[in-house]
Amino acid sequence: MHEISYEVPTTVAQAVTMLKRHGEKARPLVGGTDLLIQLRAGVRRPEFIVDLKNIKELRQIKFDAKKGVRLGAAVPCIEVYESEVMRKHYPGLTEAAHLIGSLQIQNRASVGGNLCNGSPAADTTPALIALGAKARIAGGKSAREVPVEDFVISPGRTVLKPGEILVEFVIPAPKPHSSDSYLRFIPRNEMDIAVVGVGTSITLAGDVVKAARIGLGAVGPTPIFATKASESLVGKTLDDAAIEAAAQLAIEAATPIDDMRGTAEFRKHVTGVLTRRTLQIAAERARNKK
Amino acid sequence: MAQKAKTNGKVNGHHAHSHKTRVEATINGENVEFLCEPRQSLLEVLRDVLELTGSKEGCLTGDCGACSVIIDGRTVCSCLMFGVEADGKKITTVEGLANGAKLHPLQQKFLEDASLQCGICTPGFLMSAKALLDRNPNPSEAEIRYALAGNLCRCTGYDKIVHAVLDAAKVMQAGG
Amino acid sequence: MAESSNGHYKVIGTRPIRHDGIDKVTGRAKYGADYAFPGMLFGKVLRSPHAHAIIKSINVEKALKMPGVKAIVTAADLPEAEDKVEQVGEAAMNPRYLSMNILAHSKALYDGHAIAAVAATSPHIAEEALRLIEVDYEVLPPVMKVDDAMKKNATILLPNLRNKEEGDNPTNVASHLQFKRGDVAAGLKAADFVVEREFNTAMVHQGYIEPHNAVGIYNSDGQATIYCSTQGAFDVRSMCAQVLGVSVGKIKVVPAEIGGGFGGKTTIYLEPLSLMLAKKTGHPVKLVMSRSEVLRASGPTSGSKIKIKMGCTRDGKITGAEVWMAYEAGAFPGSPVGAGAMTILAPYNIDNFQVDGYDVVVNRPKTAAYRAPGATNAAMAAETVIDELAEKCGMDPIDFRIANACKEGTPQIVGPPYKRIGFIETVEAIKNSPHYKSELTGKNRGRGFAAGFWFNAGMQSSATVNIQTDGTASVITGSADIGGSRASMAMITAEVLGMDVTDVRPVVADTDSTGHTDVTGGSRTTFATGMAVYNAAQDVVRQLKERAAKTWEKKPEEVKFEDGKFSAEGEGIKPMNIKELAKRLARTGGPITGRAQVSTGGIGVGPAFAATCVDVEVDPDTGKVQILRCTVAQDAGKAIHPSYVEGQMQGGTAQGIGWALNEEYFYDAKGTLRNSGLLDYRMPTCLDLPMIETAIVEIPNPIHPLGVRGVGEVSIVPPPAAVANAIYRATGVRMTELPMSPPRLLKAMLENRRTHELQAAAAD
Repeated sequence: MHEISYEVPTTVAQAVTMLKRHGEKARPLVGGTDLLIQLRAGVRRPEFIVDLKNIKELRQIKFDAKKGVRLGAAVPCIEVYESEVMRKHYPGLTEAAHLIGSLQIQNRASVGGNLCNGSPAADTTPALIALGAKARIAGGKSAREVPVEDFVISPGRTVLKPGEILVEFVIPAPKPHSSDSYLRFIPRNEMDIAVVGVGTSITLAGDVVKAARIGLGAVGPTPIFATKASESLVGKTLDDAAIEAAAQLAIEAATPIDDMRGTAEFRKHVTGVLTRRTLQIAAERARNKK
Repeated sequence: MAQKAKTNGKVNGHHAHSHKTRVEATINGENVEFLCEPRQSLLEVLRDVLELTGSKEGCLTGDCGACSVIIDGRTVCSCLMFGVEADGKKITTVEGLANGAKLHPLQQKFLEDASLQCGICTPGFLMSAKALLDRNPNPSEAEIRYALAGNLCRCTGYDKIVHAVLDAAKVMQAGG
Repeated sequence: MAESSNGHYKVIGTRPIRHDGIDKVTGRAKYGADYAFPGMLFGKVLRSPHAHAIIKSINVEKALKMPGVKAIVTAADLPEAEDKVEQVGEAAMNPRYLSMNILAHSKALYDGHAIAAVAATSPHIAEEALRLIEVDYEVLPPVMKVDDAMKKNATILLPNLRNKEEGDNPTNVASHLQFKRGDVAAGLKAADFVVEREFNTAMVHQGYIEPHNAVGIYNSDGQATIYCSTQGAFDVRSMCAQVLGVSVGKIKVVPAEIGGGFGGKTTIYLEPLSLMLAKKTGHPVKLVMSRSEVLRASGPTSGSKIKIKMGCTRDGKITGAEVWMAYEAGAFPGSPVGAGAMTILAPYNIDNFQVDGYDVVVNRPKTAAYRAPGATNAAMAAETVIDELAEKCGMDPIDFRIANACKEGTPQIVGPPYKRIGFIETVEAIKNSPHYKSELTGKNRGRGFAAGFWFNAGMQSSATVNIQTDGTASVITGSADIGGSRASMAMITAEVLGMDVTDVRPVVADTDSTGHTDVTGGSRTTFATGMAVYNAAQDVVRQLKERAAKTWEKKPEEVKFEDGKFSAEGEGIKPMNIKELAKRLARTGGPITGRAQVSTGGIGVGPAFAATCVDVEVDPDTGKVQILRCTVAQDAGKAIHPSYVEGQMQGGTAQGIGWALNEEYFYDAKGTLRNSGLLDYRMPTCLDLPMIETAIVEIPNPIHPLGVRGVGEVSIVPPPAAVANAIYRATGVRMTELPMSPPRLLKAMLENRRTHELQAAAAD
């Protein structure tokens, strides 16, 4: 590895100052489960590594039944899984965090890091999209919030400008008869990057869909908010026909490539399969919720 | 947090150069102080600086678990952490598993159940298994397999490893 | 011998804790990468990013100037190597090609081919220095598949490569071999059912968790030492001597503990580089491969194309078989196509067959042995076609095997007829297993069976047994311990000497300290080194009898040794065990060392048979396969340490399942390896496998004093076919490609469904 310097800010302001000072020569560090691999591969060669794990705002999970949850960008996935609040109210996002790799990885990797890495295959991103989560960014003239589906611009690149950091996710409050689900397809049972990832959230009024959001991962250059598929469900009874129609629209929204993890044809097919399955699971959870 | 380096590197809000940084951590119950370059991973520090070669390098991408150590009660891949990040942490490696000359039940069962062939993955498995049993003293086979999914073994097919963890759990529950 | 008349042993067949176990569970055991020496430097290798290129120039000046860099070597630092074929270990080796693989000479022949090596004061500096080495490549078109390599005007990899049939024409086909018996055309004609299929299997890697490593130390008197993780210290020594142009006696190889080999660590990569750099710098130099280097540049095993046509009568007798197989050798000749050709039909008694095998070079890493090399590819083809034939005959797949099984007296493909073997007993062990007897219920589920064969090798081994002054013993061999074999050596010694196994200390020695011992591989260790150990221990007994005789003033032939005690007829003569006799060694002639060397011949010292049954469940919407249950049976002859025999069976089965489901090398159009890491080279995890049930069959090997048959390899042979047969029963689809990964399987299932829908529609 090339020579690096290691810096540890303790406040958001300090972090922003350091990152602004170094510009493109700096890279933030949280879990390190993507960054160290990239540094060793020579994909990135930043001189300054700015460790964000000591900043309180990035480490907390703050839940309010009316406002929703603020999930710090540096909270390790395992803490998301172990948080009662997250499991109860956002089971889809929680299961995405619990799928993100081995326990060794989950103990270090963060949902924020997963998004900021800018991979289209990130597991938590489709789940965040499904929840309508927003990314709160500090470092510009004022803090700004960007919908998660707009955060990744192209593989590896995000809307973050030099000097900006992702502080936390702002996730809407859970509504009655509303739940989410995340499934991904991998060839083994763990340890693989998602070949297809689908996150779905659904709000029901009786059998009728009040709201629905479907997020897709690993089937395009960036994570996708399948808007047409999502909208197709609103106002409809959630029966097989509606689910099938949504699945077909999700397939159309997917623009996968052939690569060593799967063919485009395979990914499209599985997008439909997982959309169907996550809709059914989210609906079942939503119905069972008081 | 521990005292930071006094040479040309200072951590914790200040600039640390790529010359060596002084780090303090608790490793296997002992207070340890070491110098390392920021670019050295915790795995390199353990093996090359501290001569604790029990943790192994298998892939450097977090896919094999051979480098697994326990930090503040949780298993992590030491190849995906910088040595400087260990500052102030409590780390357990395979060298710290036995109690003096008395083997931990996991070590004993791995031996009795023939759960190692070449043995290179064994330290990592012992760490993951210990972290599991410390949290979940009575895991099912499925829970064990999930907890160990981040540790690859190419020799055993995992069968005897899972048996050893089940057997060790029984011993530990009985107070052994 | 401590064997009573009904064959019961005191130590053999028990399950003691292995002697090196405590070191391995405490992290004390020293593997190759764990060694450190004062003043040691660290080496890294620059590797070609091109699959096929002419190397026009290498400029190391800038790299040498980097602070901390101490030396750089290239092929220019290697002596000229002879172009001939030599026997090293199990394989034939051409020293010139070996040298070219260590450091590319004029051409880079695969993505990852070593170009230069740097020694520096830290591994990071060495790695950074690689970026400053300037190489001028002229990129050539890569040849990645056997089909392309065998085409008429294919790009040629090795301009000097010729085969007998093509005369003086440059070619990528290194050799063509053929095995024939009877009249295959007549045999196929006489068949009631004929199945013809073409198989393509992808290149896979042994996947040992420990990357290759070497520490080289060069003394000013020309004596060198290498510490490395290897399956064969003597082979490392002779190959390094060849490559470096020095005599074998100048190099000592110390085998470190080894973190897995499976055949892949029977050759050399970093060892000569460590010595070259050690010589240039005057310091010890350590090199360790990264995982990416392991996958890019250390021998995987061949991908292959196999066409097979087999026929049988309606009552299940195979009448003829025709096979065409081409195996990827990698950049230099030497695929295991010969073994593939010899094993593909080996479990069966077939009167008419013809097998043609082609060894083909392609721009991939030079292949190395991988557990029963060549046989797994072959079994995928034969055992699935046999499954089809059995189905056509309406026969249970195991009964079909039994109807055609080889037994004592059946002629082999090569060599004398089989002696007593346990193939039928092995497949019957599956038939009688709780697994096979259980009913498999549920949708999308299927059960598959397959059998497998491997030759097992014999070759040379040496052993020494020393009796210590306290009557304990040490047994010294040169067999690297990759799976627990040293425990078996101690057990055999303890059995012969009537001692507790804890009183015997097994040692794996370096090349100076023990006699020539061939590689730990070929399933030969417990067989051949075990034989040497047995003989050495018998030599100790003979000598101890002489000492007892001296003590008692008797003749040696009057001394008996039974149940660990020496005794003789006579007044006042009390029996003595070894501990008591050991106290008298100094007085009766000095220390006792028993020794033995064996040369047990090549292949055919006692073949190995395995049989595997798997139950799978296939997700009909995604093609994902779950292994629900798995049982493997193997004839071990005599299981010295049953736990470690089970371990070999389970380990090989797991590798076979990985080979069946998800392992493959992905190269892009440029010939660059896309999955050079364990994220995308997908080996089974703990969560991907169930418990693996085992059934050890013991039909003693008639040519071994303890009846031992090698067990280390054959378990990897049946699983891909067994899984394929199970997938067929779960989905109706016969897969002919490995791996049967979800995208491939789903595609096949969807096509199958469409075909059935069309047929059903047409029928309406």
